Amino acid sequence: MTAQGHSRRGWMERALAFGAAPLLLAAARSVPAQTGEAQVVKIVAQRFHYTPGEFRVKAGRPVVLEFTSLDFVHGFNMPDLKVRADLVPGKVTRVSLPAATPGTYDFVCDNFCGDQHEEMHGRMIVEA
Amino acid sequence: MKNRRELLKLVALGGGAVYASGLAGSALAAGAKAAATPYDDFYFVQLSDTHWGFSGPPNPDAANTLKKAVASVNALADPPDFIIFTGDLTHTTDDPAERRRRMAEFRDIVSALKVKQVRFMPGEHDASLDRGAAFKEFFGETFYSFDHKGVHFIAIDNVSDPGARIGDEQLAWMKADLAKRPADSPIVVLTHRPLFDLEPKWDWATRDGAQAIDILKQYPKVTVFYGHIHQEHHHMTGHIAHHSAKSLIFPLPAPGSQPARTPLPWDPSQPNRGLGFREVEAEPDTAQYKIHEFGVAKA
Repeated sequence: MTAQGHSRRGWMERALAFGAAPLLLAAARSVPAQTGEAQVVKIVAQRFHYTPGEFRVKAGRPVVLEFTSLDFVHGFNMPDLKVRADLVPGKVTRVSLPAATPGTYDFVCDNFCGDQHEEMHGRMIVEA
Repeated sequence: MKNRRELLKLVALGGGAVYASGLAGSALAAGAKAAATPYDDFYFVQLSDTHWGFSGPPNPDAANTLKKAVASVNALADPPDFIIFTGDLTHTTDDPAERRRRMAEFRDIVSALKVKQVRFMPGEHDASLDRGAAFKEFFGETFYSFDHKGVHFIAIDNVSDPGARIGDEQLAWMKADLAKRPADSPIVVLTHRPLFDLEPKWDWATRDGAQAIDILKQYPKVTVFYGHIHQEHHHMTGHIAHHSAKSLIFPLPAPGSQPARTPLPWDPSQPNRGLGFREVEAEPDTAQYKIHEFGVAKA
């Protein structure tokens, strides 16, 4: 557990070095693309962030999260929807979420990944 | 030495009820039957989450807190039978050499404890990044059991797997270990993370903890002591009581009380606020455990 800060700039530089620029740009817009009925959100997981850390989707339609982990087998756990996954680097991990009612749904990395693991969490906001 | 329970009763008779129980459903069975039953009660001390190697604003005195706690335990008027550290002895680091340096320093500091029966358990900060390799070099096995004056203690490792699993192998060992004892044996489980889903949004859980609880609930006299959440907390799963301990580095907020599990800010006017250790008085005949909380600097 720590309260130490971190360098966002350094994080971004490392992410770019990993060749993640297209993913990051897509994620940073935080606008879900749509594939058929599902809303697709691309998320990059890297010590100790999800990017985007917060995103919005529409209620009543399923969601597919497409994770790319850059540096560790991070976890994704959204307890309110009872969904979790391991995010293995080197491949895209698709996580299907059921259509949800409006509200906020927190998620967390549940694979201990280092000094600031406790800060690696995010939020999905489901809008009516 | 006079029996500790007798001493406490004498204190109570004198009007100084100094021994506080923090346990739900743990009221000491009183009356002629309890008084007439032979027993050999004892107490142990639980320290947790020392995070040696941490530095930062949540505890500007981090280099001294553990040393003060050691001095306070040594100053207890009635020495405990043994001491247990329930994990996160050190603060995590990516550097294996630095991890070992922190463990060596931690071991040196706690070697000043007068009570020499000291047992250690890993937390995720000690063990998750190398699956317990460094911990084993310094402190031995990450899970084990032992008996003490009629109580069976079982230490469960739910941290060497970075995904917070106990794992099938350890669960099978646990089941076999418990099966060797009479079903009504007093059992104390020691672990780092909560075995139940205390606050999964904060990763305050054990992924396969429900399987452990399923095994434990077959035994009528089970109590769990754990760490990880840096605060005192008491919870029941069926007849099993779970009690978390304060930390010796910085306190954390109450489960789910704020968006993030960030440390509570350090208060210079109360530098040891929320930190401490505990005595646990065990009464094997009744399988009751009474907790007395202590601050860091004053025992």
